[in-house]
Amino acid sequence: MNSVLLVGTGGVLGALSRFAVGSLVADGIRDTLAVNLLGSFALGALTAVLAADATLLTLFGTGFCGAFTTFSSFAVETVELFETGARREAVANAAANLVGALLAVGLGGWLATAL
Amino acid sequence: MSETEGRSSADDESGDGATATSRVRALGRVKPLLLVAVGGFAGATLRHAVAGALPGGFLWGTLAVNVAGSFALGVLLFEAKVAGRLGAETRLVLGTGFLSSFTTYSTFALQTAALSPGWAVVNVGANYALGFLAAVAGRIAVRSLAAPGVTG
Repeated sequence: MNSVLLVGTGGVLGALSRFAVGSLVADGIRDTLAVNLLGSFALGALTAVLAADATLLTLFGTGFCGAFTTFSSFAVETVELFETGARREAVANAAANLVGALLAVGLGGWLATAL
Repeated sequence: MSETEGRSSADDESGDGATATSRVRALGRVKPLLLVAVGGFAGATLRHAVAGALPGGFLWGTLAVNVAGSFALGVLLFEAKVAGRLGAETRLVLGTGFLSSFTTYSTFALQTAALSPGWAVVNVGANYALGFLAAVAGRIAVRSLAAPGVTG
């Protein structure tokens, strides 16, 4: 399968999974944080496990995890928080996504190699 | 879709009404998923294409898609809020499907974690500052196009 189809198929699954999380968590900010942390954890683990398998890494890493997580929703939601006067929440949201995602990537990679 | 809807309303009082109605309901449930899936396919493949087209590997690619996608989502959501010209289906296919799959947080986090501390700060600063500015710029663009001369 060529890389466009692999990324696209992973993208479909990632977008639908994000949509499913969004319908479970009825709060845009928390659901964006949830997918970004979960997806970062998964990408950290997959990158460690599938380092030698470019096909599966393209499908699940670039395709699925890339589409499951989102920067645009995070940026727009953070800006909206800031503009509506919830400045402390906006900064907390920016920090939670960043610190959480970096920790999740590290934890995913560490767990995948340790197990 | 409209043909099925037309048939169901015509058959409401007949024996086939229940079947047709349930078929329309099933389509109604599947349609948002199809819209998100189509957008997700296009968004992920375009992100992959941008990353491959830009020099210097995936770091520039991630920055480019995150900034461009934040601008476009700023336009899309603010347009929907102030003017309401975009329907729920358009927001679903372009926003939830395309732009959210076009941009990525996990790749940004993975790439940042792999950088030296100094470059990591630069990468976070660039994605955050330009991404937020792009989202704000999207709103400003909608404001100026929706009501020229009106501020606020």
